[in-house]
Amino acid sequence: MLDTIILIVFSMIGIALILNLWRLIVGPSVPDRILALDTMYINTIALIILYGLQMDTSLYFEAALLIAMLGFVSTVAVCKFLLRGDIIE
Amino acid sequence: MRLEAKVSWLPTPFRSLLLFVVWLLLNNSASVGHLILATILAIFIPLLTFRFREPQPLILKPGLALKHFLLVLYDIVIANVQVSILILGSTKKLRPAFVKVPLDLSHEMPITILASTVSLTPGTVSAEIYPISESINNDVHEPQKYLLIHVLDLEDEEALIKMIKQRYEAPLKEIFQC
Amino acid sequence: MIFEWIVSILLLGGGIFILIGSIGLNKMPDFFMRLHGPTKATTLGMAGILIAAMIYFSVTTDTISVKEILISIFLLITAPITGYMLIKAAIHHKLDAKKGTKGLGKIEED
Repeated sequence: MLDTIILIVFSMIGIALILNLWRLIVGPSVPDRILALDTMYINTIALIILYGLQMDTSLYFEAALLIAMLGFVSTVAVCKFLLRGDIIE
Repeated sequence: MRLEAKVSWLPTPFRSLLLFVVWLLLNNSASVGHLILATILAIFIPLLTFRFREPQPLILKPGLALKHFLLVLYDIVIANVQVSILILGSTKKLRPAFVKVPLDLSHEMPITILASTVSLTPGTVSAEIYPISESINNDVHEPQKYLLIHVLDLEDEEALIKMIKQRYEAPLKEIFQC
Repeated sequence: MIFEWIVSILLLGGGIFILIGSIGLNKMPDFFMRLHGPTKATTLGMAGILIAAMIYFSVTTDTISVKEILISIFLLITAPITGYMLIKAAIHHKLDAKKGTKGLGKIEED
């Protein structure tokens, strides 16, 4: 049963990723695109955790943690750039 | 509000506790070796780094802080279900609004926690804290601060402000005693 | 197996919340309303999936696995900060809000 459920959740997150990609493409403003990119990061973490569940290994946990951190830092850096035109003041 | 810790070799007790727990979680073990290593790290990293930052107010009521944390977790789940229903419903019926909440808190750290709670819980996102100031010093004679929030579906402005102040701000004032 | 049921329900709930977050990102008419979906629903969805993974690995392997909590807490802390930075950038760029938004005059110039 669990395998079927994992497949269903895989497809749900896949649809969510496509929706995010659509928002990333149509915009219409730059903050919209950053928001879509940030949501894609978070959905990718969910995909990796699910893949770990399917493969029955917790090896992918570190990768998920790294993506979470990189996603946060890059989003804040891009926002900072939009606000001031500078990342480090 | 108290900025200085009582024990000199443990300047920031809760950051030490956080480091201890995070080290054990990262290694996913509670063996003796990791416990000793985590203790050493939890004592020495704050000792080396606490001068880099402004002193932050300490949590003076840990029991109440834990209770408030659990309350916020419960509220997050409830609020998420509500927001999901709003999202799936008709977008034309939504009444978005900006609301200004006057704050009783004055220090940055409790305000940050309040803004994060407001962002996570009741259909609101905190947008800005007025007046905008670039200075770091926390003077006593500061003007009244406001929190600007964006509400997805506003029913009653007064009720929302009252709810935020009672449910989320009052416990924070109690926890930090300011 | 009761644990399979719990894991399945948590996974399905998490997936549904993540999907709703993305639907909100697409459906809403202006940026400020779009922000609500990803900051709230997606965070809870991630927490659901991570707790499911935690229970699954705790039961199938001999050790208790709690490190997944770390990602949940990290996302819980960072989601409001991301939202705050994004809405600040949006106000700075003077993005249009949906017509009929109340209290637009409360935004001050920075």
